[in-house]
Amino acid sequence: MTNWTIDGVKEALAAKKISARELTSEFYKRIGERNPELNAYLTLSEERAYAQADRTDALVASRKTLPPLAGVPIAIKDVISTRGVRTTCGSKILENYVPPYDATAVERLEAAGAVILGKTNCDEFAMGSSNENSAYGPVRNPEALDRVPGGSSGGSAAAVAAGLAVASLGTDTGGSIRQPGSFCGIPAMMGSYGRVSRYGLIAFASSLDRIGPFATNARDVAAVLGVIAGRDANDSTSTTATVPDYRAAMEKPVKGLRVGIPKEYFGEGMDDGVRKKIQAGIEILKKLGCELREIQMAHTDYAIATYYIIATAEASSNLARYDGVRYGLRVEDDSLLAMYRKTRGAGFGAEVKRRIVLGTYVLSAGYYDAYYLKGQKVRALIAQDFRDAFTKVDVIVTPTSPVPAFKLGERTDDPLQMYLADIYTVTGSLAGVPGISVPCGKICGKLPVGLQIFGPAFGEAKVLRLAHAFEQTGGASV
Amino acid sequence: MKITRADVERVAELAYLDLSEAELEMYRTQIDEILEYIGKLNELDTAGVEPMAQVLADDQSADATLREDVVVPCNVANEILKQAPDPEAPYFRVPKVIER
Repeated sequence: MTNWTIDGVKEALAAKKISARELTSEFYKRIGERNPELNAYLTLSEERAYAQADRTDALVASRKTLPPLAGVPIAIKDVISTRGVRTTCGSKILENYVPPYDATAVERLEAAGAVILGKTNCDEFAMGSSNENSAYGPVRNPEALDRVPGGSSGGSAAAVAAGLAVASLGTDTGGSIRQPGSFCGIPAMMGSYGRVSRYGLIAFASSLDRIGPFATNARDVAAVLGVIAGRDANDSTSTTATVPDYRAAMEKPVKGLRVGIPKEYFGEGMDDGVRKKIQAGIEILKKLGCELREIQMAHTDYAIATYYIIATAEASSNLARYDGVRYGLRVEDDSLLAMYRKTRGAGFGAEVKRRIVLGTYVLSAGYYDAYYLKGQKVRALIAQDFRDAFTKVDVIVTPTSPVPAFKLGERTDDPLQMYLADIYTVTGSLAGVPGISVPCGKICGKLPVGLQIFGPAFGEAKVLRLAHAFEQTGGASV
Repeated sequence: MKITRADVERVAELAYLDLSEAELEMYRTQIDEILEYIGKLNELDTAGVEPMAQVLADDQSADATLREDVVVPCNVANEILKQAPDPEAPYFRVPKVIER
């Protein structure tokens, strides 16, 4: 099986070794073989994919310059809207929903020549860390089939790791790109808040949600991010800051780069195997000539509590729209209010209901100041920790997750324990800074470990530069 | 105990969410445990801290610039209505809410 990369596709198309249509067909063949076992894809968009592949083949035939992602097969997480292609959010409540428009990120991928293969499985409304909260069944980790792929973007991670797409889009609210990237052994990145338009991303927590790429190497992550990033008039929180040429910027040397290692990210609760791999990864950074500095991020321990106030409060508000009136499921009743209650009671799964109840509670009269306002204040302190750190260092390096991929069903009974495992990722989500998870060896040669690199807001180029150098120096096989 | 069964019922009513007896009890226990954990935020004195109500700094955001309020036709009304459980163009139909 060929391990296709973006450059590999470009060269093969230009040399006419393969047509975009043949490549698309090859990927659908792989999906047909592996997906019944992995459950990574929920919906395939074959008609749209072949039409797009034919456009690329026409460009090749007429010797026109190919756009940056020409013919590259890409998968899209099922919380991102695709015109004419069913988008379920992993929920029964949107089982038959077909969006009338494309998300800006999808539109930009297609304008750059990418071939959208289909929609990937995820935790319902992106709420979860194992992909076990999907109404359409869990995804299996291609590296270890009895284990979870991570979540919530489990399908997008598994599809790329199994060679069922060259790259994919996921979304990250508290770790939902970086953690599955870590569990499946591939690079996975969220840009700064505001770097990529959220237009067409079906909202979970609007002040935290971000769209970002999975790929098999850091250069491909950079290529996809470069295409989807940038101001969009349809998202007023998308930044006007210019998008650098990430692929060019990441080739710069990392010697002398100041790398902060926060001691709060190496405390109790971390798996020994993860700790050893991360320490070996840090040795590589030394070898690369980075200046390592131990730093303090005093409010790290409060991040989970803060995150689960803010994320659930925003979710309870955003998910009010599923009322059986304009789209999605309706459970009939003679009374309008009973119709709302029954529709929502029947359409949402257990984790989504749990978060709506918690989020409604923390926003309700008498509790707002004690929870939501308190959460926003501690969020400010966590963001300040990052700003202070970035006056002393260029990037921050941590583990992505305290544990490797766990077994299916192993952690479903205790929601709080599941939440606590998000400890290393939610901090960067709250602060709005960019972060990537890059492969950092495998425990017992089997379970992948991810090394996380945070940069300052809009410092994606620095993050990618270190990720690329780490990868080039054997980081994935420490 | 921070949260009672009546609290969960009240919140479910606010959120228009039907919960079964089993769900009410499960969420009461689980949310009680989560709120207990969240209580650790009270260790921090945040009296002088400005709450973080937005992520981007003013100079990173276009929010500060207001755009003209213009109508842009998008011609998707029919496609949107097609998604509705009970459409009657150009309306969404719902159970009767106003008694004569």
